[in-house]
Amino acid sequence: MAQRCAVIGVGQTHYTTKRRDVSMAGLVREAALRALEDAGLTFKDIDAVVIGKAPDLFEGVMMPEAYLADALGAAGKPMMRVHTAGSVGGSTALVGAGLVQGGVHERVLVVAYEKQSESNATWALSTHLPFSSSLVVGAGGYFAPHIREYMRRTGAPGHIGTLVAVKDRLNALRNPYAHLKIPGIDRAMVESTPMLWEPIRYLETCPSSDGACALVLSSERAATGTPAWVHGGAMRSEPIFRAGRDTVSPQAGKDCAADVYRQAGVTDPRRQIDVAEVYVPFSWYEPMWLENLGFAAEGEGWKLTESGATALDGDTPWNPSGGVLSSNPIGASGLIRFAEAALQVRGAAGEHQVDGARLALGHAYGGGAQFFAMWIVGREKP
Amino acid sequence: MRRVAIVAFAQSEHTDHDTGLAEPELILPVIDAVKAATGLSRFGFTCSGSCDYLAGAPFSFVSALDALGAWPPISESHVEMDGAWALYEAWVRLQHGDVDSALVYGFGKSTPGDPRTLMTLQLDPYYLAPLGLDQVSYAALQASAAGVPRAELDAIVRRSRADGRRNPYALDLPDELAADPVAGPVLACDVAPVTDGAAAVVLAAGDLAAELCERPAYVTGIAHRIEPHYLGLRDLSRSASAADAARAAGVGKGPVEVAELHAQFAHEEPILRRALELPDDTVINPSGGPLAANPVMATGLIRIGEAARRVHDGTARRVVGHAAGGPCLQHNLVTVLEA
Repeated sequence: MAQRCAVIGVGQTHYTTKRRDVSMAGLVREAALRALEDAGLTFKDIDAVVIGKAPDLFEGVMMPEAYLADALGAAGKPMMRVHTAGSVGGSTALVGAGLVQGGVHERVLVVAYEKQSESNATWALSTHLPFSSSLVVGAGGYFAPHIREYMRRTGAPGHIGTLVAVKDRLNALRNPYAHLKIPGIDRAMVESTPMLWEPIRYLETCPSSDGACALVLSSERAATGTPAWVHGGAMRSEPIFRAGRDTVSPQAGKDCAADVYRQAGVTDPRRQIDVAEVYVPFSWYEPMWLENLGFAAEGEGWKLTESGATALDGDTPWNPSGGVLSSNPIGASGLIRFAEAALQVRGAAGEHQVDGARLALGHAYGGGAQFFAMWIVGREKP
Repeated sequence: MRRVAIVAFAQSEHTDHDTGLAEPELILPVIDAVKAATGLSRFGFTCSGSCDYLAGAPFSFVSALDALGAWPPISESHVEMDGAWALYEAWVRLQHGDVDSALVYGFGKSTPGDPRTLMTLQLDPYYLAPLGLDQVSYAALQASAAGVPRAELDAIVRRSRADGRRNPYALDLPDELAADPVAGPVLACDVAPVTDGAAAVVLAAGDLAAELCERPAYVTGIAHRIEPHYLGLRDLSRSASAADAARAAGVGKGPVEVAELHAQFAHEEPILRRALELPDDTVINPSGGPLAANPVMATGLIRIGEAARRVHDGTARRVVGHAAGGPCLQHNLVTVLEA
């Protein structure tokens, strides 16, 4: 059976609009060195490197792992490059964990990054294959109709998205690495910002960030420091163009959650999972994913958000780091969720620590809400 | 490690021109072929390899899921690497013990673009790419360093093309060699042809392998290594990462009847032969190899599939499949397959 795997090091860069002071290599190395330092290790202790990022068109470097091998100390070692759209950060962690769980390696360095200042992500996401047409611009243009459908189905009042936008930015004020820090953020401020894609306002969207995140994963035998143990991990994908698929609450998300809950012995996620870092790039995705992940019954997710249950002091805190709404180096955003989940159960989340967190969910999604990657990490061994 | 075997392999009839098929249409027949060969319609894990830059758009692998008919949703991942690394990821996934089968595929359409120029974008964007060094030029640096005699290179190209003409999936390239110089010592005939194509493999673990295939090709060793990116940091006349990967995969632990090498330039074949320490009697690239068909992102996977095919048809008992990535063989994967 699969070997135990633990997160023994976490490293993040500060997330910001433009990191003019570092190259891409410098950016990933900064995160990697911090993760190694956290684990009390050096590159010499690493058996393999797994790197993930979103489309290469974002920086204009094709298959950049070739170029980044040196900066990540990978020369002479195996190196893999994962790309599963927006879920890639999560998938990268799972591929890295897989190497440990499969008994292939003792210690694996996992890195994900995006340097979005090298290009304009909205337009990079708006290109189309030859002979296909699209009426959307950027990810917001794609997801807004799905959000409107969620509102229509559930009768959710229009201010729910605003509540999430405020809550996550308040959390970001406690996270030293967060990109958006907006003192005095409140509903009036969010509602005063321009409508981009009905019903998504400017402050209800994620920023474009430069940044990298790294994890050191280890077998039980090679673990150092304070481990966060992997209790379960899963990926699920479904076709983007399948007629009849539910884009509001995709089956792949439900199946992925069910798989990871089964592995971790979770039957009631809202009660058993102490904290969740969930990929919410547009504010309304919090209530939508609350339902998709089984934290709330169908149609009830927005009520949980409205009640304050998902706030840092609520009974089921979501995105205490500030989430994707506060920091979004796209290819790394999923790995940051996985990393923040690990920080919480290691008791190392600083000012945004959820007291007594023992079990945490990391979640990422991508493509047309069709690629999902999740893991559950715990303070105790599984 | 858990015993995992290649139990099915299929590839497209590769073309040197755009046949008008979109990527999902290119993939669908090879997926259907390996499903038919194994009788499996669902797999415990699925992994693919492709490159957005070939399609010129982000997420080239997304539409591939439509070709798979990924419904109900599947456990799936993707590498922005040759499909050989997708096979590696699937092999690792099968080591976990909870799933027994995996579908692997790789695909690429090179004809709409200019791979020679495109590969420049793979270089360090600050110090190398601005030099405008294209794929053939950096290969030419390696060819110069390797110094393989012209007669040996001609023999490699002639043999590859002759084998390719006998391979219904490879291109029909003439016996006459175009001697036009392209860059440094590299002649036009030394360069793998621009090709569109796809390939798929099914892996099975444990008892399932023997149930699905009469003569499974068991993966007895698989490993890959990357080396420094900067050409100036490497001895280009040899491939240290291929040698390391071959040692880790255990190539030298037994005879090697057939080796399929991912040599995209004629001079890479002797470099790889030496790195893998292949005996003189090993048959190299009986499929014709990349010099007879080079559907980028599937070429490495096809090498492993072609090697496995020799075990499947009973003509060999121990074979090697090799895949490469990055400029001048920067990254190498070696797998040993046994009956």
